[in-house]
Amino acid sequence: RDGSRRFTTCTNGGPLFVYVKDGKILRVTPIEYDKNDPESWVIEARGRKFSPPRRGLVAPHALAMKSMVYSDKRILHPMKRVDFDPDGERNPQNRGKSGYVQITWDEALDIVSKEINRQKRVHGPGSITFPMSSHHMWGNVGYYLSSLMRFANLIGFTRVAANPDSWEGWYWGAMHHYGNSMRIGVPAGYGGVEDALKEAEMIVFWSCDPESTNGAYAGFEGTPRRLWAKELGIEFVHIDPHNNPTAQLLGGRWLPVRPQTDAALAQAIMYVWVTEGLYDKDYVASRTTGFDDWKAYLLGETDGIAKTPEWQEAETGVPARDVRALARKWGGRKVYLAVGMTGAGFGGAGRGATGTQWARCMVQMMAMQGWGKPGVNFGALQIGAPNDLHFYFPGYADGGISGELLWTGNAVNNYQRMPHILTMNPVKQMVPRQQLPDAILTGQATGYLWDGISQEAQFAPFTYPMPGYSPIHMIYRYGGSSMSTVTRSGRWIDAYRHESIEFVVNQSIWMEGEAQFADIILPACTQLERWDIGEWCNSGGYAHHGTSLVNHRVITMQHKCIEPLGESRSDYDIFTAILSRLGLGAVFTEGCSELDWVKRVFDSSDLPDHVSWKAFCRKGYHMVAPAKESLRAPVDMRWFAEGRNKDLPEPHPLPSQFAEKFGTGLQTPSGKFEFLPELFRRHTSDNPERQPLNHYIPSWEGMRNTELASRYPMQLIATHSRYSFHTHADGKNSAINQIEDHRALIAGHRFWLLRLNPADAAARGIGHRDLVKVYNDRGAVICATDITPLVAPGVLKSYEASAEYQMVEVAGETVEIGGCLNLLTSDRPQVRGTSSMAPNSCLVEIEKWANADVFRQARAA
Amino acid sequence: MTKWNLIVKVGRCENCNNCVIASRDEHVGNDFPGYAAPAEAVGDSLIRIQRRVQGSAPMVETTYLPVMCNHCDNAPCMARAGDAIRKRDDGIIIIDPVKAKGRKDIVKSCPYGAIVWNEEQQLPQTWIFDAHLLDQGARVPRCQQSCPTEVFEAVKLDDAAMQKKVVAEGLRPLRPELNTRPRVWYAGMDRWTTCFIGGSVSHEADGLIDCTKGAEVRLIRDGSILSTTLTDDFGDFQFKGLIGDGSAYRVEASHAMGTAVQTCELTDSVYLGELRLT
Ligand SMILES: Nc1nc2c(c(=O)[nH]1)N[C@H]1C(S)=C(S)[C@@H](COP(=O)(O)OP(=O)(O)OC[C@H]3O[C@@H](n4cnc5c(=O)[nH]c(N)nc54)[C@H](O)[C@@H]3O)O[C@H]1N2
Ligand SMILES: Nc1nc2c(c(=O)[nH]1)N[C@H]1C(S)=C(S)[C@@H](COP(=O)(O)OP(=O)(O)OC[C@H]3O[C@@H](n4cnc5c(=O)[nH]c(N)nc54)[C@H](O)[C@@H]3O)O[C@H]1N2
Ligand code: SF4
Ligand code: SF4
Ligand SMILES: [Ca+2]
Ligand SMILES: [Ca+2]
Ligand SMILES: [Mo+4]
Repeated sequence: RDGSRRFTTCTNGGPLFVYVKDGKILRVTPIEYDKNDPESWVIEARGRKFSPPRRGLVAPHALAMKSMVYSDKRILHPMKRVDFDPDGERNPQNRGKSGYVQITWDEALDIVSKEINRQKRVHGPGSITFPMSSHHMWGNVGYYLSSLMRFANLIGFTRVAANPDSWEGWYWGAMHHYGNSMRIGVPAGYGGVEDALKEAEMIVFWSCDPESTNGAYAGFEGTPRRLWAKELGIEFVHIDPHNNPTAQLLGGRWLPVRPQTDAALAQAIMYVWVTEGLYDKDYVASRTTGFDDWKAYLLGETDGIAKTPEWQEAETGVPARDVRALARKWGGRKVYLAVGMTGAGFGGAGRGATGTQWARCMVQMMAMQGWGKPGVNFGALQIGAPNDLHFYFPGYADGGISGELLWTGNAVNNYQRMPHILTMNPVKQMVPRQQLPDAILTGQATGYLWDGISQEAQFAPFTYPMPGYSPIHMIYRYGGSSMSTVTRSGRWIDAYRHESIEFVVNQSIWMEGEAQFADIILPACTQLERWDIGEWCNSGGYAHHGTSLVNHRVITMQHKCIEPLGESRSDYDIFTAILSRLGLGAVFTEGCSELDWVKRVFDSSDLPDHVSWKAFCRKGYHMVAPAKESLRAPVDMRWFAEGRNKDLPEPHPLPSQFAEKFGTGLQTPSGKFEFLPELFRRHTSDNPERQPLNHYIPSWEGMRNTELASRYPMQLIATHSRYSFHTHADGKNSAINQIEDHRALIAGHRFWLLRLNPADAAARGIGHRDLVKVYNDRGAVICATDITPLVAPGVLKSYEASAEYQMVEVAGETVEIGGCLNLLTSDRPQVRGTSSMAPNSCLVEIEKWANADVFRQARAA
Repeated sequence: MTKWNLIVKVGRCENCNNCVIASRDEHVGNDFPGYAAPAEAVGDSLIRIQRRVQGSAPMVETTYLPVMCNHCDNAPCMARAGDAIRKRDDGIIIIDPVKAKGRKDIVKSCPYGAIVWNEEQQLPQTWIFDAHLLDQGARVPRCQQSCPTEVFEAVKLDDAAMQKKVVAEGLRPLRPELNTRPRVWYAGMDRWTTCFIGGSVSHEADGLIDCTKGAEVRLIRDGSILSTTLTDDFGDFQFKGLIGDGSAYRVEASHAMGTAVQTCELTDSVYLGELRLT
């Protein structure tokens, strides 16, 4: 009625309506369903009927979208570093210091394409690398695993092999007890919502904060379900150093645990179960192996130390009596164990020195309690809603238009459904993501594979450089998050300035993070300025059937709502322009515009059976009807608990990976749950950090590390940011940046928040909203304090993924003021022989920032 | 004559800030002549979330309170502003984006701190209940539309019907003593205004300390028992709904395993820690 036009989009935090007037975005609102959309599912539990709201419960970072599009940090023109001359002095040592001049698109594209050819000519395959981040603006066409992958394959590159950052402890640890390699070692979560509402008596949230992490992409879709559980009288327990927003909303007993000591707490609970007979003896006897050895360890027969609640108290800080009370309560009830963002996997406890120990304990505990029986499973009412999982629509990890069969989920469905020209990277050389700066600085690195196909691939080391290939001389960076998402990220500064790096191009939407280290900057546009198509919460790949996290399956047309701002262009468009200069334009596009590809994705899916292309484009979305009650997915692990053949709609284990008969048993060598995994026995028995017996080994950077702890007595956990999605939505003067519990405005600068206990603040004379210096030998970051009893003493709770990276010199002191706390974290893998990150094992000290007044005065001037 | 009221359910807000962001999204970069000039991209929000944390580890309770313009019927800001602020027939207060230009003095006139100064526009601004959207047929304001936990309920009722609802549902405005007659109402305000006394009862048996379940705990003031409760599986007990007026309290726990006593002066909620029975 106000002359605006309604478009639709989907984001990392849910689908939105986008209202546009006169070529400008007026507003974005959460999607609302109408009476023509299918009816919602109904769950009957304990005499009540539950149905979800008829609107999308989206995340804050989704609603901040307009503010990001119109951010004053947008890069609107191609730029060249002032002292970079491709034909003369390149001055790599000045990256991140010198400024930029605006150049034309033609100049920029010529420089980049000439340099690609020069690299190939002078150095040969492998000299170019495309370091990719983990997330992206939503969609199937523009996603990095789609267009960027296709582009990079057509050029050839040294792959930066990512570590399984989200999964760490599960992949390197828990997986070997029970399989599930296709999900990188996390449980599947099928049927968890209905089973928990009907059967569970208690939910133990362990390193689990879905009100902040939203099951990754599901916004607050799980929130009403948890509130239903509360209404039904299901009890809650929260094990976390932080009384996190989930604990704050739901209430329930909080056990504030010292970071990275959880395995001790878990073992003490299991000790009580063993000594008091509070575990499922039949299940353990018939479905598991190795329990006697595990039991002997818990009782202290192996190492002389009984894993009593009293023993764990010195490690965890949790009173022994509370552990005994919890163990008894848990042992006598049907309990859902909620771990990490989906409730069925992930969790900050898995991203530290003891991450594998913790994740291993979690599955061991469930095996002791009859994992898969009614009311006994993993979940936080976040994953496992009764949606129709058979309707096919590709997720972003299914490869989009990439044509890449090995490094995306393309081969499983997408490629047959949407035949397109295959692409392949001919370069076999790889470099591990966490070690990329070292590879540049020292010329070598060793990594271990992340692979979803088998349990075994991870035991194989790979080394950089690889004979036959060139070391890296050119970085084509897409986005710029590393300063705040990669451990000990200060390494990046030296790597970018290293003389071996002849050329750095950065293709980014905003001037932030690493963009300022590039020689050439190419301005990309946001998703609202280009066409795409995507389904809410459908990531596909390792998160197969991830759409059970949301209340309604919603596939959206991602309209091009406005024209790209300034001279910015879509990533696809930029790739096309570069490849056209290399004679590969048509191979890249297949003659298709982005909208043509969107139509091809539409045609490849089950959508045409239900809605015409025209109607889909006009309405902007399609809701998939929920599964008929009889066709709802079975509950995860129920088949195993009942000794039946596997009946879950997932394509793993592969036919060859069953121990006995196809469809029978788990992926482990024995087909059973293995308390002492056979795979560790076979492959890592010489590695003290990866023993078959899940020993408690104190964190290598924790309170037992007494020399270090005497200098740096505070434990910093910088976990996933509640209001922003990693670097997305933070900084850039977005609406998120203005939130009082996200950043604090002090002396004209918005500082990252650091939450700490009143006792720790008082001991250091620190007040609320003071500026503090957080530091260790690796660096120093300035934050603003939030003093709160919601954080356990001795712990600093903050977030990773500040989008701003700002080194400043104040009175001779160099500090970072953007909030890049990963400058302080260790780059050691959590256990030797893995490529894993352990940022939640980080010792620091804090003090009131002595130069705060100097800073204030300088800013006021 | 029906008029707008907003009901806010205390205890359901989880501080997600969706309402805060939605209100920014609505106004930043948008001009709604007659209603509001564009808001600043950076700066204070029209809706704010206040936080109250009670107790200490492991017994804490956190409450978030969304606050915004109350659309007072007896509005101090109107008294100050003259014709720069008007009250619509449907109860909504509008700061005139033309007439209020330069009137920084209006900011301080609101006892609730609900007026934000827009430096760019030189204008005092406030949450306008999304009047411009309601006038176009919207059924609810954007805060309600974007809230995941249904904290808000906008209702259009005549004052008598609203008064009935206020009584039936125990609704309360912010700071009633100011007599500003707000149209924003809070349900379950006790959680924001009252205090608790809590603790954990334990005992020793066979050389081990255990939580005491089912201990009887009595809350005593001036020698008389105000309330009695039983401890839960963790030995925890909590007395809620108390006034933090500095009164002295005595807590007595008893059980077959023994007795324990603690005293405190209550100004804000307190977790007494462990009460060991002897
Ligand atoms: N808003 C938002 N949502 C996100 C993301 C985001 O950036 N922003 N990122 C997404 C991604 S990629 C992922 S992988 C997931 C991550 O999801 P998770 O892995 O579940 O998230 P974290 O925030 O790391 O950890 C969850 C909780 O663990 C606690 N914790 C940290 N260390 C320990 C410990 O040692 N012991 C115990 N018991 N608890 C601990 C933290 O205090 C936090 O409350 O989130 C996804 N969702
Ligand atoms: N301390 C600590 N560190 C952590 C973690 C932790 O728990 N603690 N968690 C780890 C985990 S689980 C994860 S997943 C990682 C995430 O770490 P990253 O993947 O490094 O972080 P993102 O912010 O997702 O990076 C995305 C980048 O892509 C860019 N981008 C997005 N969309 C587009 C687009 O359309 N076009 C272009 N050109 N660029 C785009 C963004 O601007 C951004 O720079 O962080 C890890 N780091
Ligand atoms: S809350 Fe403040 S600004 Fe709003 S009507 Fe009342 S006095 Fe005026
Ligand atoms: S949207 Fe609802 S839950 Fe979120 S901050 Fe606002 S009132 Fe609270
Ligand atoms: Ca049990
Ligand atoms: Ca793979
Ligand atoms: Mo992740």
